Amino acid sequence: MAKTMNKSAETSGRSSFSKFMNNDNTVGYIFAAPFIIGFLAFTLIPMCISFYYSFTNYKITKAPTWAGLNNYITLLGDEHFWNSIKVTFEYVLFGVPSKLIAALLIAMLLTHAKRMQGFYRAVYYIPSLIGGSVAVALVWKQMFSSTGPIVSMIQALGAEDFNFFGSTQYAFIPLVIGNAWQFGSSMLIFAAGLKQIPKDYYESAMIDGAGAVKRFFSITLPCLSPIILFNLIMQLISGFMTFTSAFIITEGGPNEATNYISLYIYNNAFSYHKMGYACALSWVMLVIITVVTLVVFKTSNKWVFYESEQ
Amino acid sequence: MKAKRLTGNIIYHACILGLGYLMIYPVLWMIFGSLKTNQEILQNTYQLLPTQWLWENYSTGWSGFGGTTFATFFKNSIVISTIATIGTVLSCTLIAYALARINFKGRKVWFNIMIMTMLLPGQVIMIPQYLIYRRLGWVGTILPLTLIKFFGQPFFIYMMMQFVKGLPRDLDEAAAIDGCSKYSTFSRIILPLLGPSIITTIVIQFYWVWDDFMGPLLYLNRPTSYTVSYAIKLFADATSTTAYGPMFAMSTLSLIPVFTIFLIFNRYLMDGVTAGSIKG
Repeated sequence: MAKTMNKSAETSGRSSFSKFMNNDNTVGYIFAAPFIIGFLAFTLIPMCISFYYSFTNYKITKAPTWAGLNNYITLLGDEHFWNSIKVTFEYVLFGVPSKLIAALLIAMLLTHAKRMQGFYRAVYYIPSLIGGSVAVALVWKQMFSSTGPIVSMIQALGAEDFNFFGSTQYAFIPLVIGNAWQFGSSMLIFAAGLKQIPKDYYESAMIDGAGAVKRFFSITLPCLSPIILFNLIMQLISGFMTFTSAFIITEGGPNEATNYISLYIYNNAFSYHKMGYACALSWVMLVIITVVTLVVFKTSNKWVFYESEQ
Repeated sequence: MKAKRLTGNIIYHACILGLGYLMIYPVLWMIFGSLKTNQEILQNTYQLLPTQWLWENYSTGWSGFGGTTFATFFKNSIVISTIATIGTVLSCTLIAYALARINFKGRKVWFNIMIMTMLLPGQVIMIPQYLIYRRLGWVGTILPLTLIKFFGQPFFIYMMMQFVKGLPRDLDEAAAIDGCSKYSTFSRIILPLLGPSIITTIVIQFYWVWDDFMGPLLYLNRPTSYTVSYAIKLFADATSTTAYGPMFAMSTLSLIPVFTIFLIFNRYLMDGVTAGSIKG
């Protein structure tokens, strides 16, 4: 008797355990566990710590001391900070549109290729593949240096004293070009979007006598607008964060002309050891990027068209 | 008419090829630069091909600096990129399955958190992350560059989710009727079908980790543990005024693994890059 009871308790125990294990909530949390743990440990906790440190004086060798709003007040009067904001915006303002325009133009150009499309796409994608590497940054540094081919060409055209990296006005141009040059992945996304535009839209527009320019502005752009928004957001964020190329090619110079905010944060944290101040800078940067992203999102319902609304 | 179309075609392809040549010119410039003398790089800037093919640049470059050769740097890069890529694939497939297929409480919330994490600039948490790893004694090891990849990366989770959503639900239902638990549905049915998005993840993550500069800059502090990308930068600093040839030689070599993987998986990559953004 006791034996059978034991047994039934055992099986019911096992089955309730297996029920528990196969419950959607359990399964979901088991599968999602890596993300949840990682998010808490490597994103949320660091964010809280960073927020706390932004109110402290923290040199890495000594324990942090409470400083209240001091870091944020210093920041408001810090001309290096304002300069870094200015040059970062300048970089984003030139860099992001040029990259997206190049991506869209080439994507449109390539849709006409009946042959070799795969090969062409691969060729135009190569810069995206390797562009973020140190190797390419070093090539860029040399190609745009005063002894490199591009400056030599410009000098041969008449501007004899011209050079990029010695000039506060032009030093950011090679960085913008380098960024635009890596339009490959945006191009692929545009190409996939172009493929989804129904052919009959164009055909009926042609019957109505719409020219190529008209077709581009009244069909292609509106149909692509959700994808333009996606690309724009991704590029804005990565534009605000630009680091490696400025770190290697211009080192923030000359005279801080390319001292982008991420570079300034890095230097504050790891060269000047002002961890607290660097955290305050990071938070200000996060707020700025969030505001810009939200503004883009808010205005997007004016220019983004979704299929279902049409 | 036919002739006109033919010339139009020729002009079109010539334009694309011309532009394409401009696009890869910097790469060619680097490859041929790796075979030139300093003098040639600095003086005959317009000439692409070297007058004398200087293969010694490769052996000079390979010897590295401070007694550590590029063999060590390549080994480090391969180890780190491989572990990081494996971690990403393992974790992201699991997470994507949960978020795309299982109806658990809080799924929406975690999905939104994942999207926000994807849009979060890394620099915001860079400093506290560094401090945490430092406290854990991880600075100077490869753990910050590899271990955290086992906790998923939103970009890839999102991409795989789109892919999982594209698989017919009937598969799951049929499996459930046959008595398959969610675990075996994942391992026997979903996982094998994820092939293309796993390949995309492997290619992209491998070259992201391979090219990563900031991670090694922050966390690796002994020359014997440097990755190729970081080593090239130091190599350039150490020899910038004297040896462009060897520097370009090592730069060229550093791109070979990335290129090889790209060429092998090119077709899948093209589909994979676009999948996430379009279906979403």
